[in-house]
Amino acid sequence: MTLPAGIKDDFPLLDQKFCGHQLVYLDSANTSQKPQVVIDAMANYYQTSNANVHRGSYELAVKATDALEGARAKVAQFINADSPAEIVFTKNATEAMNLLARSWGQANLNANDAVVLSEMEHHANIVPWHMLHAEKGIELRWIPVDKSGHLDLSNLDCLLDGAKLLSVTAMSNVLGTLNPITELAKRAHQAGALMAIDASQYVPHVPTDIAALGADFMVFTGHKMLAPMGIGVLWARANLLEEMPPFLGGGEMILNVTKEGFTTNEIPWKFEAGTPMVGEAVGLGRAIDYLTDLGMANVRQHEVGLTAYALRTLTERYGDKITIQGPTEPAERGGVMSFLYGDVHPHDVAQVLDQKGIAVRAGHHCAKPLMDVLNLSSTTRASLYVYNNESDVDKLADALATIDDIFSF
Amino acid sequence: MVGLEDLYREIILDHYRSPRNRGELAVPPARRVEGFNPLCGDEIILYVHVDDNNVIEDVAIGGQGCSISQSSASMMSVAIKGKTLEEARKLIIAFKGLMSIHETTIGGDGRESDIGIELDGSADNVKLGDLEALRGVVKFPIRIKCATLSWNTLAQALVEPTVA
Repeated sequence: MTLPAGIKDDFPLLDQKFCGHQLVYLDSANTSQKPQVVIDAMANYYQTSNANVHRGSYELAVKATDALEGARAKVAQFINADSPAEIVFTKNATEAMNLLARSWGQANLNANDAVVLSEMEHHANIVPWHMLHAEKGIELRWIPVDKSGHLDLSNLDCLLDGAKLLSVTAMSNVLGTLNPITELAKRAHQAGALMAIDASQYVPHVPTDIAALGADFMVFTGHKMLAPMGIGVLWARANLLEEMPPFLGGGEMILNVTKEGFTTNEIPWKFEAGTPMVGEAVGLGRAIDYLTDLGMANVRQHEVGLTAYALRTLTERYGDKITIQGPTEPAERGGVMSFLYGDVHPHDVAQVLDQKGIAVRAGHHCAKPLMDVLNLSSTTRASLYVYNNESDVDKLADALATIDDIFSF
Repeated sequence: MVGLEDLYREIILDHYRSPRNRGELAVPPARRVEGFNPLCGDEIILYVHVDDNNVIEDVAIGGQGCSISQSSASMMSVAIKGKTLEEARKLIIAFKGLMSIHETTIGGDGRESDIGIELDGSADNVKLGDLEALRGVVKFPIRIKCATLSWNTLAQALVEPTVA
């Protein structure tokens, strides 16, 4: 037992019934639930510290500003960034990736410049680049996914030849695959390209040391790591942020505005136009404290163990009837398990599971190019986090048996 | 408590197991229209052959999806085959009426106005027959879009210019 036995009790939402059954929440790759301490921290901010930040001269405004900047410092420390100045708050990971494409991409990419993606990307790391392709004629290249659910790197040198950016997920939200980011960053740099990571499924689950990963940009989101919806992060090396043009224009992001023009604020505020999401930042800071107290190494160990148990249990009970996508080795993957159950449509699988109080996601998981490669239209996806345990997996396994009562033909 | 038996009625599962009018038609004379549910990736490819007398002479259904979207499409194909365009439009209105209470509240996509079909009560007396079995879907609001996918696709096919 690497995490405290009573950890579920920290999450008030989990203590309720759906369809007459205790909720079994297996959709954390979609969004995570929040511990009471995060909910309390946000309430406390609004009860004691709320004012607009970086503006007021009174003490309350200083308190609010400290709350925001304190959260930024916690994020920087959590991912081992050099400085809080490298942490740009955004609405979510999608906005962070759009910021990267709009700001760095607009300034640095021209017609026929290549951006290398992988076939296992979430739409958030595809569509912003499609938009630059449409606007500027940049070229998109794709690292293929092999049958085992890993990236096929056999042609990587060719793909990186002349490329300006390699942008890849650190962990697939469909396959669970952990990608070799350190190696990819090294090879991108050797080819003269920069390296961006979509770490939305990684930072919440794996100890993250951005210095060791060696990337230049990283995006992730708060709501998948026990924090509220509405706050995400773009991390980038300070020298890159310094050179990047602003993203949104308005208050906060300026040093001076005249009728003739404006000058931009220092980083990271240069990229944070308008009143920021201070309460959400406080929630993210508290979630980081909570995860740090658990220990991210323990979180990872818990998930590897539970993923191994789930893969074993489902395979032993259902054999060939269940097809689980992605790597078979728990150490090579996270706790995201996309599967097919016989030829029953994933929506119908999810519907039957819902009747047992089990929450899973069915669909294409915002990764349609990957689904095309896998030749699937959708999958059912069960995903694990700190509050899940073997009993949750057992309930999933039990509930799958009831599908045959309806769809055995 | 709402049970799954409200959703997975026997006749629905029968159409899912053995879909009617599955296949393709030659285009022209048939029209081919695709419908997608972007949330789940379900797709319907609908072929409708309307003859010179504005009668739906033949229907074929392609695509893939869950039990509700596929059975709804299958039942629809049976219901509209041999009907006039006017009768088919009334069936669409009646079926959408059966589903409409929730569809507009669950992120309704405003398709009714897009396709020029309004729920105006003109189809109040239309008999839905077997399609009534899909009534239970409204108890599962997320699945309403599965049930209406083929009907929205049909409505789209019928507002396109009449075959020359």
